[in-house]
Amino acid sequence: MAELATHGAHPPGFAHQFEDIEQQRDAGRLGMWVFLVTEILFFGGMFTSYTIYRALHLAAFIQGSHQLEVKFGATNTAVLIFSSLTMALAIRAAQTGRKKGQIIFWLLLTMLLGALFVGLKLRFEWYRDYVDGIIPGVHWFYNGPQAPGVKMFMCFYFFMTGLHAIHMVVGLGILTVLVIMTARNRFSAEYYSPLEISGLYWHFVDIVWIFLFPLLYLIGGRY
Amino acid sequence: MSDHTEPSGHSEHIVPVSTYLLVFLALMVGTALTTWIAYIDLGRWNTVVALTIAVTKMVLVVLFFMHVKYATGLTRVVILAGFFWLGIMITLSCSDELTRGWEIVPQGWNMILPVVFRLF
Amino acid sequence: MSTAIAEIHETPAESGVNYLNVTYGIKSWLLTLDHKRIGLLYLGSITLMFFVGGMAAVLMRLHLVEPQGALFEPETYNKMFSTHGIIMVFFFLVPSIPATLGNFLIPLMIGARDVAFPKLNLMSWYLYITGAAFALFATLSGGVDTGWTFYPPYSSTYSQTHVVVVALGVFIAGFSSILTGLNFIVTIHKMRAPGMTWFRLPLFIWAMYATSLIFVLGTPVIAITLFLLGMERILHVGIFDPAVGGDPLLFQHLFWFYSHPAVYIMILPGMGVISELITAFSRKKIFGYAFVAFSSLSIAIISFIVWGHHMFVTGQSVYAGLVFSVLSFLVAIPSAVKVFNWTATLYKGSISYEAPMLYALGFIGLFTIGGLTGLFLAALATDVHLNGTYFIVAHFHYVMVGGAVMAYMGGLHFWWPKITGRLYPDLWARIAAAIIFIGFNLTFFPQFMLGYMGMPRRYAIYPAEFQVLNVMSSAGASILGVGYIIPLIYFMWSMRYGPPAGPNPWGAKGLEWTTQSPPLTENFETIPIVTEDAYNYASEAAHG
Repeated sequence: MAELATHGAHPPGFAHQFEDIEQQRDAGRLGMWVFLVTEILFFGGMFTSYTIYRALHLAAFIQGSHQLEVKFGATNTAVLIFSSLTMALAIRAAQTGRKKGQIIFWLLLTMLLGALFVGLKLRFEWYRDYVDGIIPGVHWFYNGPQAPGVKMFMCFYFFMTGLHAIHMVVGLGILTVLVIMTARNRFSAEYYSPLEISGLYWHFVDIVWIFLFPLLYLIGGRY
Repeated sequence: MSDHTEPSGHSEHIVPVSTYLLVFLALMVGTALTTWIAYIDLGRWNTVVALTIAVTKMVLVVLFFMHVKYATGLTRVVILAGFFWLGIMITLSCSDELTRGWEIVPQGWNMILPVVFRLF
Repeated sequence: MSTAIAEIHETPAESGVNYLNVTYGIKSWLLTLDHKRIGLLYLGSITLMFFVGGMAAVLMRLHLVEPQGALFEPETYNKMFSTHGIIMVFFFLVPSIPATLGNFLIPLMIGARDVAFPKLNLMSWYLYITGAAFALFATLSGGVDTGWTFYPPYSSTYSQTHVVVVALGVFIAGFSSILTGLNFIVTIHKMRAPGMTWFRLPLFIWAMYATSLIFVLGTPVIAITLFLLGMERILHVGIFDPAVGGDPLLFQHLFWFYSHPAVYIMILPGMGVISELITAFSRKKIFGYAFVAFSSLSIAIISFIVWGHHMFVTGQSVYAGLVFSVLSFLVAIPSAVKVFNWTATLYKGSISYEAPMLYALGFIGLFTIGGLTGLFLAALATDVHLNGTYFIVAHFHYVMVGGAVMAYMGGLHFWWPKITGRLYPDLWARIAAAIIFIGFNLTFFPQFMLGYMGMPRRYAIYPAEFQVLNVMSSAGASILGVGYIIPLIYFMWSMRYGPPAGPNPWGAKGLEWTTQSPPLTENFETIPIVTEDAYNYASEAAHG
């Protein structure tokens, strides 16, 4: 059988439903891109709702946006962009056959930045929103102008950033697994697919935030 | 076809660190820019500018961090399909939500432009 | 298990090893990574859900023999039709052909050893049964009464039933679909055997590919929609509440953005099956292969731009109604193309009437009726009269039951020998097919008339003048029920007592028929190299 001859030549991590490692790598990449498309549509349902309600209730949404502090949104944007850089560098380290210590360094830095993002959010934004009473359905005693519309805005703020944060936390979990796999010498310049496709996921989560920031924090301008 | 005889040409290309750093810088500049412009009154154009900057940042991340610049046509079709479908959802939903109360339906190009203006 | 490649040296016929007997025990099934076993896991659970949903239908039809309702209070009747819809749509029709026949056949048909991501495939099944468990639990605790469409504000604010639990079940099952679709797309793109070009693929694969596109693009939206509905219900925030600036129609837009393409998820795989059955039982290659292939893709794509035709009378703007009505006429075209191509394939074919073919022929007629009545509903003006009546109920049952379920039955009958290695008694199969056909038409044709005369749907009572047609419909339903039970009996009988089927009892073309029945775990001893087109039934048909 033809398979017997090449069987022993397959690198570690090879899955036998595939004919060879290139096919596996191609399939893994395509699979992750298809998954990201499902995520575009998933977040997209909320972006659609947000777009419609913003068009219909612009004044209230502006009012709602002013409840958020731009400096935290902007800082978090910078933090995430930085984490995308470190993630790309981690993959590059694997690609160029660097020692596992280097790969792990970049992965840990990415995780640190991701955790920083979540931490900043929780401590300086959501906790303060709780204290100020602008979390709909949970702790709401806003009585400023346009209250119903502001409540709607804050709903979308929490749903969208909350869903985004859940994706971040899942990403942190994935990165943890990757650190462990790297430490166990599972990757090489020939095989680093899990790093690559996890990178795609991480960058996608960054892109979602790139849109959330202007749409939620900078509505209608702050002048 | 599963032509695994040729390399897919994706991971084989190694992006230089300098490219990553340049993209990173561009993204940071974009973030600063969009924040700064938000404090300037451009009326209806604030939203357009903010979204343009966001789309540019996204394209940079997709092309360089996600290596799509060096990827196959199939990858690009998949990505474009995702955005196109999102566009369908937003556009056709808006075709209803932003035209309630129109008793007379306009003809020709007048059918489309008012809906677009209503968005911004 | 996949490493059995190197271990099997003797020919399979001597050793008798196949995917069913290679390992035993419940763990070998619950932890299997073999796409064929996963297909069977789905077959069992989907059949169970079919009969649960069917029970609800039987109870509804029994209730409706009397104008004042024979069995239930209106509140209970509302729960009956809701349960019937939710279970049949989300837990039977959407996964039916893709998860059972799709999982089993796709790798075999393209010449692969398994799908691209076998572990994801198993996870899909676990997600499905978790979602189904939530839905069943909710049903047994009193169900929901919102209809399968969950429209707010009733579902978000006023209903006192288990909306969140059912929505959660559907949400979870949605992820099962998404992963299945993802798996199929990657498998079909990347794992075709050498020589298996896109235009040599069986049309079932084209249909499954198109279906997978819908899985991947549409299902995430219903997930987020149900999430928003759940949030509104739990937190009492008014996302869809007009009093605080929300819009109930936004829910409908998001809901139907998925649910309309979802009906094409239900019919496209059926159409793929029919292409296989028509060619096999006319012993003739398909007429217009490229047209049928592209029509599958067109249906998948156009299905996403027509959803507003479900909202003509719920408050959508006239402008949008116009747009969606015109677009809805477009989607009929590729479906019609397929019907023409199947008919042309039959012409001068060498036709035989085994049970799978009976189902296929029944499909063509019933799907045509269902599809044409869809045009009555796509036209805005006539929809105003027919919406909310039994005309709609009849329309969608003609396409979903007369269409999709008949195709599913036909496919099960066609590939059963391959899946189990056993033959079932064809005489009983034909009898059951005939009973199903008669029962189906008796159940649903009167409903077109009832709807046209104005009987509303989802009502527990009706004006007395509609009783005769309702009784006819209920009588048909009992015949239909009998028709569905008969195959259950002979299929189970065949697993133990049926004569062994050879590799190709029908003499059909296709890579799956070149393997033993049942196949090896790894499908092929050596991956085949494909040199011929699909449906290469030689010169038999050319001589009529």
